[in-house]
Amino acid sequence: MSEQLETSSPRIWVFIEQEEGQPHPVSWELMGAAGRLAEELPGSVVEGVLLGHDVAGIAPLAYRYGAKRVYMIDDPLLETYRNMPYGVGVSKLVTKYTPEIFLFGATTLGRDLAGTIATRVHTGLTADCTELAIDPKQKILAATRPTFGGNLMATILCRKHRPQMATVRPRVLPMPEPLAEAEGELLREPLDLKESDIPVRRLRLIPGEEQLNIEYADVIVAGGRGVGGPGGFKLLEELADALGGVVGASRPVIDAGWLSHEHQVGQTGTTVRPKLYIAAGISGAVQHTVGMSGANFILAINSDPKAPIFQMANASIVGDLYKVIPELIRQVKGTGNGQ
Amino acid sequence: MHSVVAIKQVPDTSNVRINPETGTLIREGVPTIINPYDIHAVEMAVRIKEQFGGTVTVISMGPPKAMEALIECIEQGADRGILISDRRFGAADTLATSYVLAHTVEALLAEGPVDLLLFGKQAIDGDTGQVGPGVAARLQVPLISNAVVIESFDPVARKAVVHRKIEQGIEVIETSLPALLTVEKEIAAVKRAPLPNLINAARYKPEMWSADAPVPFDIAQVGIKGSPTIVGKAFTPTAREAGAILSVAEKGLSETVADALEMIIQANVVTIQNHNGGRP
Ligand SMILES: Cc1cc2nc3c(=O)[nH]c(=O)nc-3n(C[C@H](O)[C@H](O)[C@H](O)COP(=O)(O)OP(=O)(O)OC[C@H]3O[C@@H](n4cnc5c(N)ncnc54)[C@H](O)[C@@H]3O)c2cc1C
Ligand SMILES: Nc1ncnc2c1ncn2[C@@H]1O[C@H](COP(=O)(O)O)[C@@H](O)[C@H]1O
Repeated sequence: MSEQLETSSPRIWVFIEQEEGQPHPVSWELMGAAGRLAEELPGSVVEGVLLGHDVAGIAPLAYRYGAKRVYMIDDPLLETYRNMPYGVGVSKLVTKYTPEIFLFGATTLGRDLAGTIATRVHTGLTADCTELAIDPKQKILAATRPTFGGNLMATILCRKHRPQMATVRPRVLPMPEPLAEAEGELLREPLDLKESDIPVRRLRLIPGEEQLNIEYADVIVAGGRGVGGPGGFKLLEELADALGGVVGASRPVIDAGWLSHEHQVGQTGTTVRPKLYIAAGISGAVQHTVGMSGANFILAINSDPKAPIFQMANASIVGDLYKVIPELIRQVKGTGNGQ
Repeated sequence: MHSVVAIKQVPDTSNVRINPETGTLIREGVPTIINPYDIHAVEMAVRIKEQFGGTVTVISMGPPKAMEALIECIEQGADRGILISDRRFGAADTLATSYVLAHTVEALLAEGPVDLLLFGKQAIDGDTGQVGPGVAARLQVPLISNAVVIESFDPVARKAVVHRKIEQGIEVIETSLPALLTVEKEIAAVKRAPLPNLINAARYKPEMWSADAPVPFDIAQVGIKGSPTIVGKAFTPTAREAGAILSVAEKGLSETVADALEMIIQANVVTIQNHNGGRP
């Protein structure tokens, strides 16, 4: 099989992250980006890398998102993610097939793994990119990321080492439409490890209390320090319910213990990309806005007419959120004009 | 028991300002702090020392000013501080940084065993979280990232049980020792430094290692030479455009809210089923 592989065409690889056989959507977001990069790199192919146990069923989906080929290591030792066997397996694939570019989701798993691979194969890795492009002159990956807490953007290049590696957070890139049907090639590779080679074991998993899934919510009603206390979030929740959304928050809200960390949007929280983001009592610090500036529509509610959040909102209401939100709830629910 | 903790001195990014004309960082007057996660790693190492005896070594690669950060760690209860500092280490990316730190640990290993390596989850200046995984890969020790609890620690059987935070919840891992943990703040709450430690730290002088002594580093692998990535350009983020600003004080509550809802509906981002407008 491997004789058929084009040796000259640059390979753009996407790590297909899966948990219990469920592919993580960021894998497809990355496939979309890989496809756009491929257009700028003549002759290149988009391919997926898939590790796990009993995961072959994911490959056809990868073809529909644009992978021409999937390299798969399917082994019982890969049942749950462990850094060492995944690191060994993926590094072996890289050494054997020498991809030009290799993209990972900036999830807990993706960050853990990408940092390991980059060191093992001795190359550059750019974390948490917000934009991927091909530098038109040098024909290399130009990976843009925020640094210094989002105060500055930097475009990182990796000139001589291969693959050029990057991680991207879920929801930073748009989700592409899959093709209705597509064919691809599945290449199986062995892991060649024994359980006794692996220094760690998963004893158990304590499932998270809340499966909030804020990163894939279409509507987020977020509150900040201006909400003033945990009680006020009941109001935000009511509005979120009326709009079919979830509640988000800025960091002071989490630090004060008004809501759990899963709700935090921003640099040290989650990046979100909802259709509608309502920011109430949030000033608009850059560490917050880097996590939500991808929203289609931002409505800001703030009593301070000079709040920086107004500089980026599609619509802004200068007013007290304790008056504005109840009125919003009333009007959204269509229960009268609230005079 | 010997724990090694890697710490970084970082600018306090909540105070970072950007020169709008040049798009570069204004470093003057920006306070530096120990990377917030790293101080919790130090605290964890000190607690293990309190329970099992042994020593805590703190290592940092950075400019001479980073001595302050090491002394602060001595105040927190660390025994030894090593600053790896050399002009040739400048402009290192994560690959070059992980080389320098791994090589330093190797030098410590030549003196005696190391049982535990603790790193912060990420540094707030670069936010990469790559250095810990890189050092673990170089030293070929198990990596446990995003650690929140050390449930049990057995230096005799050389095993530990660690909780790590993942998207699905808390993963409980058993690992052989030595292992490298990258820690979240929950790993150990930082206590106020006790007086004897402060006195100790006031007299303490961290060691200063250069690229040549006491152990030679491979110059090809450090600093800008050893860094595969370079910054092509830096710029301030492009702002979104501001939309309409509606004022409750000027238009009245229900009118303002109705206008805002109308804009949301026009933008076609959500369907609001029962909406009948706020207008009487
Ligand atoms: C390394 C680092 C990482 C960080 N990461 C994050 C992150 O991930 N996410 C994050 O959010 N922040 C983060 N921060 C913090 C960030 O810098 C800001 O401090 C934070 O976002 C401010 O939150 P806020 O807007 O809720 O609070 P404030 O800035 O205090 O703003 C409160 C706002 O509420 C308004 N207000 C008050 N009362 C009312 C009322 N009744 N009605 C309407 N408006 C009212 C005020 O006018 C004000 O604008 C980080 C900081 C650092 C240093
Ligand atoms: N220059 C450095 N010196 C010592 N430790 C470092 C250095 N850079 C990074 N680290 C460690 O690696 C962790 C992750 O950093 P980073 O990968 O840069 O986000 C930090 O929390 C530190 O523990």
